[in-house]
Amino acid sequence: MKIEITNGSLLNHQGEWQVFKCIQITNNIITRVLQDDLSAKPNFDADTQINARGCYIFPGLIDLNVSLRDPGYSVKGSVKSETMAAAAGGVTTLCCTPETDPINDSEAVTKLISKLAQTNNKCQVLPLGAFTQGLKGEQLSEYASLKKAGCIALSNAYHPIKNLAITKRCFEYARTHNLSVFINPIEASLHEGVMHENHVSTTIGLQGISSLAETVAVAQLIQLAQTTDVHLHLSQLSAADSVSQLKAAKEKGIKVTADVAVHHLLYTDEQVENFNSMFHCMPPIRSESDRQALLEGLNTGVIDTVTSAHQPHEAAAKQMPFGETEPGISGIELLLPMAIQLADNNELPLTRFISAMTTQSAAVLSLDTPEIAEGKAASLCIFDPAHSWTLKAEDLLSKGKNSPLIGQTLKGKVKATIYAGNISFIDN
Amino acid sequence: MQPSLQLTESGRLKHFLTISGLSKALLTEILDTADSLIEVGERQIKKVPLLRGKTVVNLFFEASTRTRSTFELAAKRLSADVLNININTSATSKGESLSDMLRNLEAMASDMFVVRHASSGAAHFIAESVTPGVAIVNAGDGWHAHPTQAMLDMLTIRQNKGQFEGLKVAIIGDILHSRVARSQIRALNTLGVDEVRVIAPNTLLPTQVESLGVTVFNDLEAGLDDIDVIIMLRLQKERMHGALLPSEQEYFELYGLTRERLQCAKPDAIVMHPGPINRGVEIESEVADGPQSVILDQVTNGIAIRMAVMSMAMSGQTETKNLLAESAS
Repeated sequence: MKIEITNGSLLNHQGEWQVFKCIQITNNIITRVLQDDLSAKPNFDADTQINARGCYIFPGLIDLNVSLRDPGYSVKGSVKSETMAAAAGGVTTLCCTPETDPINDSEAVTKLISKLAQTNNKCQVLPLGAFTQGLKGEQLSEYASLKKAGCIALSNAYHPIKNLAITKRCFEYARTHNLSVFINPIEASLHEGVMHENHVSTTIGLQGISSLAETVAVAQLIQLAQTTDVHLHLSQLSAADSVSQLKAAKEKGIKVTADVAVHHLLYTDEQVENFNSMFHCMPPIRSESDRQALLEGLNTGVIDTVTSAHQPHEAAAKQMPFGETEPGISGIELLLPMAIQLADNNELPLTRFISAMTTQSAAVLSLDTPEIAEGKAASLCIFDPAHSWTLKAEDLLSKGKNSPLIGQTLKGKVKATIYAGNISFIDN
Repeated sequence: MQPSLQLTESGRLKHFLTISGLSKALLTEILDTADSLIEVGERQIKKVPLLRGKTVVNLFFEASTRTRSTFELAAKRLSADVLNININTSATSKGESLSDMLRNLEAMASDMFVVRHASSGAAHFIAESVTPGVAIVNAGDGWHAHPTQAMLDMLTIRQNKGQFEGLKVAIIGDILHSRVARSQIRALNTLGVDEVRVIAPNTLLPTQVESLGVTVFNDLEAGLDDIDVIIMLRLQKERMHGALLPSEQEYFELYGLTRERLQCAKPDAIVMHPGPINRGVEIESEVADGPQSVILDQVTNGIAIRMAVMSMAMSGQTETKNLLAESAS
């Protein structure tokens, strides 16, 4: 397959947008990038031509935390539906959490997910294996078999840490097999509630989860990582003090990285004031001071990257009184419009968002730095930053229509995504 | 809070979900309407035709005797047909979702749901999902709101004190888990009292409780100084677990309202309690039954307040329906 993309702007090494004339892709390799001199353009009989005038072109996004819901929760999502959604969001690589049914704590489940992903061929799916058997926090999973089957790292998938001795042994065993551990830092005994504990929870009478539920766990996990020398990746930080602890740990040279969910950069607990269950997520969206600290952490590189923390749900899961609804936001398709909101608010430059979700995510996973250059793999996103559109539930390819953005007018739309030389999404 | 959810375009009540977002004028209108309806309860024939031909469904997902009975009486005095649904014996225990259950009840041409539910925000959720024209009255949702209880307390205060300006009010007990306290604090501040105090140990106070517009006291005697209105809250037995309180004895020793402690307040202070009372835990019998207690007035006023709110919400819904009909034609 031969694809030719004309016009548009590319992100250069200085982190600036630079116009180009033509990108040519043959099979899964970028064969030509012409900046201006079209006379050097050889004959290229493209199967598909994409005019990207006004668009930004950058390597496909790498999302470190996605719930595909497959196997086991087909009413919420499937590998097919959610990888299509990922492609529509400009994502070409994703890590899927082990919270499936059965839980991904075995070679068989890992291979099943990988096979489904290859059949659909919408993006690269890198499974995260269960940190403990059945995610129960009691016994090691078979890390060696999981790694052999294709797991890129291990994850506790929002299940609170119950026992530090077991966690320490898991870290030691993960280090033995040179696997990273992706941990949602949650101290179980402090984790009762449905939203952030603050004046809003006090006013509306919903049980609040103190930031301590996260920050106490972060402190413990960092010390365990230091002792065991494992690569600890903290998933979905939500509290200001977590960012300070992360900074101090990095300064000490501890092998720790972290991500933040895009909705924690955009929203605060004030959104919950009228019980909108679309904002029910875990960890909860916290206060404005937390949001500012997360933004600063990302802007200064203390927080490495951003994730969608994509959690699709069927409609009924959100149609109950707030506290009884299931937490999570379906967000993978809307990463870039949300990034545009942050950029327009002068809170986070779009280029920083993109480098976080490409270069930095790749670094967390120890993958090669993705790049748009001759000879490199052809996985990229063509994004129109100015396209204005109103989001309807049926526009989402994900089975989960649980987005707080439904009904809103958004700026920015993915025009096309190319994964391994194939068009995995094109906006018609 | 979205004011539009419980108000019509012209600012009249169409649901009654929370005190939050309601103006002083509207709260005063509720009190005045209730005042005028008190007289109905004293008649030989205790009925007015304000809700004649309407069907009111009492949808109680939590056990309640007094609140449900007063809502039932209020609806009957307004000439409505009343259906009581006790959820423990009903369909949700067979796995039917709340939304499906509402659809079924709406299909029976119900005009109003009076809802009590253990989850904060349940009444909001129902108000958002019902067909336009059906009124929702919140009879208590989780720790969030119990607005009719708050309004009957306001009516009791106004009857005894004449006005709200200049009053100092103390709310004593488990603020953390109390929907009653949250609604009372909001109503008292909207109606313009001088000061609202909360008196409790820190384990029974929510985070940043001052943001509700209250002054915090840990010490009962200091908190009662110069107080006009004392509101005691019921202490649930389960608070003795989970390290919130050590024992009923120690709680009564520190926060129980006794005759001696009542002396710390103004001599004409009134004592209120939403019931049911735990005698000897939060309040001494002699105080609960004493001359300063207005606890039974609260119950009587409960019927009048609920009649007022139900008739006002129903007329707000009629206004909305007429507007809808007009725009359709």
